[in-house]
Amino acid sequence: MTTSTQITSEMSLAEKRDIMQQRVAKSLKRRHAQETRFKMIGMGAVGLALAFVVILFATILSKGLPAFWQAHITLDVYFDPDVIKIDDKPVRQSTESEAAFNQRMLAWQTQLGFVNFNRIILDSLEKVIPDAKAYQRDAMRLVTSGERFALRGMVEENPSIIGQTLKLNLLADANVDVWIKDNIDRSLPDAQQQLSAKTRQWVDELEARGIIQNKFSTALFMNPDSRSSLASAGLAGAFMGSVMMMLIVMFLAVPVGVASAIYLEEFAPKNKLTDLIEVNINNLAAVPSIVFGLLGASVFILWFKLPLSAPIVGGLVLSLMTLPTVIIATRSNLKAIPPSIRQAALGIGASKVQSVFHHVLPLAIPGILTGAILGVAQALGESAPLLLIGMSSFVASVPSTPFDQSTALPVQIYLWQGNELRNFFEARTSAAIIVLLSLMISLNALAIWLRKRFETRW
Amino acid sequence: MTFRNNALAIAMTAATAVAFAAPAMARDTIQIAGSSTVLPFSSIVAEEFGNSFAQFKTPVVGSGGSGGGLRQFCQGVGANTIDIANSSRAIRPNELENCFANGVTEVIEVKFGYDGIVFASRTDSGSFALEPHHVFLAGAAQVPQNGQMVANPYSRWNQIDASLPDQEILLVIPGSNHGTREVYEEKVVHPGCDSFDEVKALSGEEKTNFCNAIRTDGRVVEVAGDYTETLARLDAQSNALGVFGLSFYDQNRDRLQVATVGGVTPSLETIATGEYPVSRPLFFYVKNAHVGVIPGLLEYAQYFMSAEVGGMGSPLEAAGLIPMDDDERAEVISAIQSRTLMQP
Repeated sequence: MTTSTQITSEMSLAEKRDIMQQRVAKSLKRRHAQETRFKMIGMGAVGLALAFVVILFATILSKGLPAFWQAHITLDVYFDPDVIKIDDKPVRQSTESEAAFNQRMLAWQTQLGFVNFNRIILDSLEKVIPDAKAYQRDAMRLVTSGERFALRGMVEENPSIIGQTLKLNLLADANVDVWIKDNIDRSLPDAQQQLSAKTRQWVDELEARGIIQNKFSTALFMNPDSRSSLASAGLAGAFMGSVMMMLIVMFLAVPVGVASAIYLEEFAPKNKLTDLIEVNINNLAAVPSIVFGLLGASVFILWFKLPLSAPIVGGLVLSLMTLPTVIIATRSNLKAIPPSIRQAALGIGASKVQSVFHHVLPLAIPGILTGAILGVAQALGESAPLLLIGMSSFVASVPSTPFDQSTALPVQIYLWQGNELRNFFEARTSAAIIVLLSLMISLNALAIWLRKRFETRW
Repeated sequence: MTFRNNALAIAMTAATAVAFAAPAMARDTIQIAGSSTVLPFSSIVAEEFGNSFAQFKTPVVGSGGSGGGLRQFCQGVGANTIDIANSSRAIRPNELENCFANGVTEVIEVKFGYDGIVFASRTDSGSFALEPHHVFLAGAAQVPQNGQMVANPYSRWNQIDASLPDQEILLVIPGSNHGTREVYEEKVVHPGCDSFDEVKALSGEEKTNFCNAIRTDGRVVEVAGDYTETLARLDAQSNALGVFGLSFYDQNRDRLQVATVGGVTPSLETIATGEYPVSRPLFFYVKNAHVGVIPGLLEYAQYFMSAEVGGMGSPLEAAGLIPMDDDERAEVISAIQSRTLMQP
């Protein structure tokens, strides 16, 4: 120690600087190399992540986009009064009670249910394929079986079309769609094909004549799931189920979460109990979602006796799951508001409640909204807890209340990826993924927009 | 403070109101759950049922495997329990006991058709002509050799029998949660196992355990999910041989080739006549206590059994179900109509 002090004191200032500079110059190259190395690793990591995202989107889009267009057969459909022999649609009389009218309506609908709409479709097919009736079984494979209910629906809505000829775009069978999209190897022998040789020949012929065309398919958006008529399987039921659950999460998890966060952050005393609550909220946010599903199944279904596969139960379970996320996001946003705001409010005589609700909260709202929207988006993409409360069922109707049976978008993806007809449903599954992803992206975009729009900087 | 209290109070009231309003509402939709083999058939019937009867809602069909469905079914009686359990095997005595213990004392058993189980491989791999003992030797943990039980030495199919393809053994079978697994063991593994003299010497339970033990060196893969997962295995590994339901194979004929068992090619005809050995009846179980409470329950069962839904040339046949003959069908229909209950 003494010697070094001696040396230093003996050296001039210039000499000292020289030594320093030499030392710096020596290490400079090494430090530069270190920096470049770190940059490269960082860029590599970002590049790799981006590459995976690109691959993911490219495969999903390339597989799924074609499914938004489906094979349609354009036919002149004659609503033959000789086939559709039904009474006039009942009209409610002023003297009639509602129950009596419903009774008459039901009888009429039952009568309509017995009409052979396959015959109507076959007659229309005969106009474009003269030998359709000779090969009835092959001909009926052209149009998907659900279209007979679509025709029935048209008659039910407006019985005056009986006797008229309408030009309609009927959905082709799933296997016809697979065939014209080349999703099955055309060179395979008959034994390995799904469609008979006769049907395949007709499809090619009708496609050449422009009667079978790939058209944008509304079935995917307007219909609920289907298994008896695969080509008409759609997302309407799952979409409505997801929307209902999201609304429940928004109206349950967000207010409760924000209220508890405000209390914990602004009003609650800091003691052992609130520490314990805070630790538990953080732990709760890390609990795997499937655990919430188990909880939902045993509490809401077995104990509260709520219905199986209903969006109400799904919404409650997802609310529980989203609650900690909302609380944590709200608290961190409240923490970010400078104490000077609170002090200024209190200084001019505002009460604690006034300072929070008039000054702190308005400033924190954009951040809280962002957190809440991200929480809801996370809940929208969740499937594991829903499987345990019976939402992975096959539901062929669109729910009208949260107590009706329903599925959700992510579960519908899971169900479709398990469907037997792989050639058709691989594309359909990717299409469902695209719909779900677009929903998520728009929710996230909304969150970013809100943040940008209302953000305050200090 | 008051604001917080109000907000919380409102939220709590809403939650409680929701929770207690629900039981008052009676369910008007039939709830079905169970076997994933029966699911496609059941879903088609449910959809057609909903479309054909304006007064009933479309039933909801869940999966969960035969065992899972029957467990849910036996949970009790009431609107929050399911009405029908689909099963790809008959209910076991202990499951029925469980049902009775939980108050589900009135169960109607409905057999609605048959299903074949097939072995299939990728079209670009070798084709198989299997005998039950081939399958046993390929998958067993231990095999009998010269009077001794030795660890399974086979790694290629042609080591088992020269007529089989020269490729690695990789057998993809359903997990034990599937009813299919039971049929696979009962109809293929056990007959194959029993053909050895060393095994015949073993006694009841010892024999069953020996025959059911599968090798754990990775050449047998158990799949807990559905057939799509088995197909994905085959897509990834070209030499795999998978176990599928006939209807699944039928809809993916462009990717799969089917193996013969005992020289018989599985098809609707060979299974219906019983020539192809690996087939099984399919069932659903109806909770009699819910008949008359849940609208349309008995009608659904009758509709399912009607010949235009499940007979020859019906939508179910098109989906791969092997229909029952008319006598058997008539018997089942009369059992439904008279609501014949299962005895403990």
